[in-house]
Amino acid sequence: MMLVGAAFLIWVLGWWMNVRLANGPAADTRGVKLLVPVIFGVTVLLVWELLVWGLEVPLVILPAPSLIATRFAQSTSILWQDFQQTFVKGALSGYFIGCSAAFLMAIAVDRSDFLRRGLLPVGNFVAALPIVGTAPILVMWFGFDWHSKAAVVVVMVFFPMLINTVAGLRETTAMQRDLMETYAASYWQSFFKLRLPAAMPFIFNGLKISTTLALIGAIVAEFFGSPTVGMGFRISTSVGQLALDMVWAEIVVAALAGTAFYGVMALIEKGVTFWHPSQRG
Amino acid sequence: MTEPVDTTPSRWASGVTGIVFPVLVVLAIITAIWYAVCVPMNIHGAVQSAERAGVVVIPEDAKTRREMGGVALALQNTGEISDVWSQDRPRLPAPHQVAVELWKTTVLKKVTSKRSLIYHGWITLSATLLGFAFGTGLGILLAIGIVHSRVMDMSVMPWAIISQTIPIIALAPMIIVVLYSIGVQGIIPKAVISAYLSFFPVVVGMVKGLRSPDAMQLDLLRTYSASKAQGFWKLRLPASMPYLFTSLKIGIAASLVGAIVGELPTGAVSGLGARLLAGSYYGQTVQIWSALFAAAILAACLVAILGVIERVTLKRMGMA
Repeated sequence: MMLVGAAFLIWVLGWWMNVRLANGPAADTRGVKLLVPVIFGVTVLLVWELLVWGLEVPLVILPAPSLIATRFAQSTSILWQDFQQTFVKGALSGYFIGCSAAFLMAIAVDRSDFLRRGLLPVGNFVAALPIVGTAPILVMWFGFDWHSKAAVVVVMVFFPMLINTVAGLRETTAMQRDLMETYAASYWQSFFKLRLPAAMPFIFNGLKISTTLALIGAIVAEFFGSPTVGMGFRISTSVGQLALDMVWAEIVVAALAGTAFYGVMALIEKGVTFWHPSQRG
Repeated sequence: MTEPVDTTPSRWASGVTGIVFPVLVVLAIITAIWYAVCVPMNIHGAVQSAERAGVVVIPEDAKTRREMGGVALALQNTGEISDVWSQDRPRLPAPHQVAVELWKTTVLKKVTSKRSLIYHGWITLSATLLGFAFGTGLGILLAIGIVHSRVMDMSVMPWAIISQTIPIIALAPMIIVVLYSIGVQGIIPKAVISAYLSFFPVVVGMVKGLRSPDAMQLDLLRTYSASKAQGFWKLRLPASMPYLFTSLKIGIAASLVGAIVGELPTGAVSGLGARLLAGSYYGQTVQIWSALFAAAILAACLVAILGVIERVTLKRMGMA
């Protein structure tokens, strides 16, 4: 009961600190903007920890954060192997292949107005479908190893990337294209100097959406069959053994990998589209 | 997170005549490619069954055949090519095989039958809708809280945004098993997964929508000395509708994926996800493809219904 009371106290204290910070004079500084969510996150973790011990929640329902951290620290080598199998081999290679294929396809489609008008609705339609469902088929075709996972990722990222790139390549105005024409620019000159740079915000939007999709595809595909390594494999087998601390450790890895992947893409975007209004603020 | 490319129906409506024909052509091309790819994918099976039926095939040794590429084998056994579209367990079923299977398992089967895709589809759909309703409801409430409270905005919003970069669907198997161990099973665990998958897109989209009125409009309401509640009901909420519908469409697609994935760990009992898993256990490719198409049709219908509601609502509000 003491622990539950402590949890309640910590919650009140954390919230009170955030109220003071958010309504205080320094609320708009960078430090406070970073500090407030961190305080919130730490409060949630502490309350979680205390409640699990205080209410004696069994391990098979919710392990305490400290147990998850211990498990994480003890099994770094397993987690690293799983990370390599699922993220580096499955997700990254599929992401690279899928995004480049979609990019090239978009350039090809962009030259024909007819194809573009036909493909955009189809692409939009497919992008909303539950594409992870192709996983059992692709696992059957490409085997249990990472190749099938990469294939699922390719299919998942292809259409979001395609429609974003095609939309981006239409971004220039008639004025701008006319200007290039008055310079007697060739198709490829105006492509590289005008239309591709103008499409960059859209392309990066597609690339950023695809980072999450790639991880989802690689992990879910492993639920349909995998070698005895990989994040999805570890999650589904550890769930079966009720080793929930291991599951949470894998989820931490997935979260870190997803955020880092997205962050890297956002950083590259910042460098490439420095001229765009959304990046100048 | 920036929102994806605009998929509102206005683009459809503006050029229906200009779009239908190109779309049909693209679909025809895709179908043609599909039929063509069936040849190298299924020729091994077709040649094998022809050999069993007593036809002389080239080369005769089964091992050499297995090592040959599909195209090469097809070129040497042109007589067997027509069989690739009617295999029993093809590696890639032909479009008409999938269509026939879909027809057989929806229209020709009783709805209560365990083999009816309508039955399995309903199992998945009910979990999806229940979860979606809870997820969007809670998401809208949290968004209202975030817009009106600076503390909530600063503490919760960064986490909601980060959650969009995390494959939170990885939690699905755990939720199923944990809820099962405390005695909850059936539709609820799947609905929980659907709910949290649709929750975060709605929060992020709705916050953006509720903030979309500009300073000018907010000032105008202040000159009317409108209360906070009036400002919410008469300005913020109406202004957020386009954003709400965009995130609802993303949310329902995510909910459906969640319900399907939620059916995997329970070991293929019922639902579209179970059909996918059972099909992959027993190598029933036609069954996998028909379940996949059923899921796709379901997703398309859900998004289309939301699109119609969106169009009607925005029209009545004078926004479209």
